[in-house]
Amino acid sequence: MINIRLNAALGGALTGLLLLVVALGFVWMPYDPIAIDLAHPLDPPSSAHWFGTDEFGRDVLSRAMLGARISVAIALAVVVAAVGAGAFIGALAGLLRGWVDRVVMGLSDAILAFPGMLLALALIAVMGASRGSMVLALAIAYLPSVVRVVRGAVLSIREREFVEASLVAGDSRLYTLFSHILPNTLPPLVVLATSLFGWVVLSESALSFLGVGVPPPAPTWGNMLSAARPYMENGSWLSVVPGLCIAVTLLGINLLGDALRDRLDPRREA
Amino acid sequence: MIAYIAKRLLLTLPTLILVALVVFFLIRLIPGDPALVMLGDAGDAASLAALRQDLGLDRSLPVQFLVWLGYALRGDLGHSILTGEPVAAVIWDRFQLTALVVLVAVSLATLIAMAAGLLAAWKRDSALDLAVVGTAALVLAVPSFWLGLILLLVFGLKLGWLPVVGYVPFSESATEAVLFLVLPILTLVIIESGVLTRMMRSSAIDVLNLEYVTHARAKGVPERAVLWRHVLPNAFAPTLTLIGLILGHLLGGIAVIETVFTLPGLGRLMVDAILARDYPVLQGCLLFTAVIYMAVNLAVDLCYPFFDPRVTAQ
Repeated sequence: MINIRLNAALGGALTGLLLLVVALGFVWMPYDPIAIDLAHPLDPPSSAHWFGTDEFGRDVLSRAMLGARISVAIALAVVVAAVGAGAFIGALAGLLRGWVDRVVMGLSDAILAFPGMLLALALIAVMGASRGSMVLALAIAYLPSVVRVVRGAVLSIREREFVEASLVAGDSRLYTLFSHILPNTLPPLVVLATSLFGWVVLSESALSFLGVGVPPPAPTWGNMLSAARPYMENGSWLSVVPGLCIAVTLLGINLLGDALRDRLDPRREA
Repeated sequence: MIAYIAKRLLLTLPTLILVALVVFFLIRLIPGDPALVMLGDAGDAASLAALRQDLGLDRSLPVQFLVWLGYALRGDLGHSILTGEPVAAVIWDRFQLTALVVLVAVSLATLIAMAAGLLAAWKRDSALDLAVVGTAALVLAVPSFWLGLILLLVFGLKLGWLPVVGYVPFSESATEAVLFLVLPILTLVIIESGVLTRMMRSSAIDVLNLEYVTHARAKGVPERAVLWRHVLPNAFAPTLTLIGLILGHLLGGIAVIETVFTLPGLGRLMVDAILARDYPVLQGCLLFTAVIYMAVNLAVDLCYPFFDPRVTAQ
């Protein structure tokens, strides 16, 4: 129990900090994150630039703040797309069963036969590297996990008495789906969406690090790390700051996800 | 047992066909003449016409798929646009390095996870348990490529103990090759032991609560034997599934790790193919990776009955 509270408190605090930084970035940033200042390239951290400057004299703190906004926006877009489409498809498969279910499960098996990152890489290769194609690629790669969770939940919920009662009372199948079945799939879905958010932040930074994600000059934590590689010797802060941002974000999300899972699914960690 | 194996093998077949379909159509989604896509700018009119004939582009799409599948089954994945080398040979060459790094790293991570997870479960809620759980949570939050960069910064640049950029193949100098591989393997060991330790700990906790453990303790079996003979084998079964997933995932290319340490592995090959629009290589990598991923998961499922005989009964 103590563990759950600690997870929830720490996870909530770190995630709150991330959202606060993103919100602050809309009203105030120390410097223009894209503005080049050739008089101050590779300045180490100081009172003027808390996290130093990069090879073009751009303020690393401001870039990390903008990077947080881009990462969170992409992760939110992917989670909303994957959860929205996945919940619909999964509910349809669980409700209609028969050939619809077989086709959906067959397709999701085929997608799951590829490691998630690789499928995203391949889709980006076909669509070209941009923010939009990355969101679409990651949403498709993570779609099957949502479909499976929702389908499983619907299959077990549809046999319950309150669903039968709703149908016997004359409610339409669509009404029953939206007002009785889908709300009951929410707890596992919330847990999954939280983990999904963390996975997407990690995948997005990895793709950007590899050079197939968000193209520069827009900063993301991943492409900042990639750009830092030639300056490891005399600009080590460039390699440290963006990675620390990713790690703190993931730690917060993971802890929050663990706490949610323990809370919403009492069977685990009994 | 035989029925279980046969059933599992049969179940693989439809997925394999679907995977082939996905890989085939993914590359066909790229706008433009497929022959032009496969040859790049290098092709002249004659070789273009020859390839069109070869791929059966004048015939229907299902026929084209069967033609492609026929070539792939015979190990012919086409030629690289950039280098002209046969794709299958390049993939196999790169795969060996990736496989070496991954197999060594996952074996070491498994050993660490087994020890740490079992101990933490045994001394549940102690300071040791808290330390193990806390370390695992921290490790889980660290991206592998960042850990790699930091290790490189510390051991390569600041301390100067290990080489920073490049790679020397084993055929040239075994000792140098090992020096280049220490940090990538260390990075992977740290990252993967985080997930595995968590898994091992939670399944060991489940097993420790079971009646046969209480029974063994009650009849006076020494605690060490309880852990070794009763808890470890039973707690290992779920971890094995996870190891399979991790292995399949990593063998398909540790692109980010290979990028950090400039290793010529399979993952880097695929990313370079994407950046250079070398579609035959990309297609080959995708197919190979998916097949490896499935093969590893199949192997794990087939090993599973040895750890948990109950699964064959279903």
